[in-house]
Amino acid sequence: MNFMASKQPENSLLGPESDSQRTLYPYVTGTSVVALKYKDGILMAADMGGSYGSTLRYKNVERMKAIGKHSLLGASGEISDFQEILRYLDELILYDNMWDDGNSLGPKEVHNYLTRVMYNRRNKFNPLWNSLVLGGIKNGQKYLGTVSMIGVNFEDNHVATGFGNHLARPILRQEWHENLSFEDGVRLLEKCMRVLLYRDRSAINKLQIAKITEEGMTISQPYSLKTYWEFSAFENPTQGAVGSW
Amino acid sequence: MSKSVIEMPPKGGFSFDLCKRNEMLAKKGVSPPSFRKTGTTIVGLIFQDGVILGADTRATEGPIVCDKNCEKIHYMAPNIYCCGAGTAADTEAVTDMVSSQLQLHRYHTGRESRVVTALTLLKRHLFNYQGYVSAALVLGGVDVTGPHLHTIYPHGSTDTLPFATMGSGSLAAMAVFESKYKEGLTRDEGIKLVTEAICSGIFNDLGSGSNVDICVITKGAKEYLRNHLQPNPRTYTSSKGYSFPKKTEVLLTKITPLKEKVEIIEGGDAMEE
Repeated sequence: MNFMASKQPENSLLGPESDSQRTLYPYVTGTSVVALKYKDGILMAADMGGSYGSTLRYKNVERMKAIGKHSLLGASGEISDFQEILRYLDELILYDNMWDDGNSLGPKEVHNYLTRVMYNRRNKFNPLWNSLVLGGIKNGQKYLGTVSMIGVNFEDNHVATGFGNHLARPILRQEWHENLSFEDGVRLLEKCMRVLLYRDRSAINKLQIAKITEEGMTISQPYSLKTYWEFSAFENPTQGAVGSW
Repeated sequence: MSKSVIEMPPKGGFSFDLCKRNEMLAKKGVSPPSFRKTGTTIVGLIFQDGVILGADTRATEGPIVCDKNCEKIHYMAPNIYCCGAGTAADTEAVTDMVSSQLQLHRYHTGRESRVVTALTLLKRHLFNYQGYVSAALVLGGVDVTGPHLHTIYPHGSTDTLPFATMGSGSLAAMAVFESKYKEGLTRDEGIKLVTEAICSGIFNDLGSGSNVDICVITKGAKEYLRNHLQPNPRTYTSSKGYSFPKKTEVLLTKITPLKEKVEIIEGGDAMEE
């Protein structure tokens, strides 16, 4: 009689706690984050949407947060994993402050910590389902880096996650240059976010732009972009091909 | 004496027998040969006098570039051109076929072809094959009813748009269009914008590369600018040219200029009727 037979799957390598603890798919997700270096520091933009599959469930999700005095973290992907990462970073910054030695963790250090966390989680087949953008400035040195859910990390003058890689990076590669002014940087970010709004189905027209400089971090109030739908070809698109669509 | 197997006349339509055979082989681990795909950036836009089509010139076979300078803008009619992305054989064959059908139609009606005619012929064919003919097309032209630009997807759906992009580099090109397109562009502005969009695809997408082809279609005229821009020249070319290995004994040198043997007809456009 096989009533007492074990119910574990044959190919489980993790033993008793096998599949119930591992992240298999994301549930509530945020879409792209775009960031660039400008004259005084880093500018980062993200919309405020949290999608639950194909439903726009949450429209007031802040996907960018300040980390310590010098860094700004933006995340796309699973929102609950982002909140967990914020807790880890809180603990990290707290222990750093407890040393009370006049030194504080800069963006490079926080980026390295995040890379290690993400990579080690992926090695255990239990990833934090996020693509993170970490920007900051310390002692005049600007830093902008990104980490993916499998631990791929690099730093660059402009980064983006998700759809932003396909739609925003080409624009940034063409139009970014050193020492952008604040207004030019914001204009460039808005250009990218507008294209994302037109062409990414999970983007919403409610975004925030965050700025981090030596003085500190400021994050704008949520606002929406102007869009243009008045092309004459959109008014009566099948004029020349009646019956088409 | 009647045969045991009754011979049925062919019923027409697509025969799916080989599809089952392919599935069976795939299960046994035999991978199908890879198609020569164009892995492309193709774009089109409507400007004040007509339509401008643009395309890159790289054809890929999996990870290898098999043709560095192929032609993706196909002739349909004197006033209609079509860019093709997807499987190269499918785009070539389907545009050739519809081009012939349009010519026969022109003889029959005695009139200039209309873009919607090409559109309908293409979409009916593609829908009939349920997406197995892997051709994604950007069709543009100017006829008596005005300038038109359409996109056609492999399953047979179409869109009528003022600006359109298709292929693997479509997102990079669309980013340029969405940020810079406006109505009533002049010819030079339009060519500049199309070139920028294709360059965005060439430099940001791995499936696209090499040169930019442009085709400008206006009422009564068309201009095919093959290799309008070549942003990827060979970096190092040997100035010495080819020289035979030193031990080769030259027995005879005879140069026959081909012009004596072949009559070259100047001014004939190879693709005109």
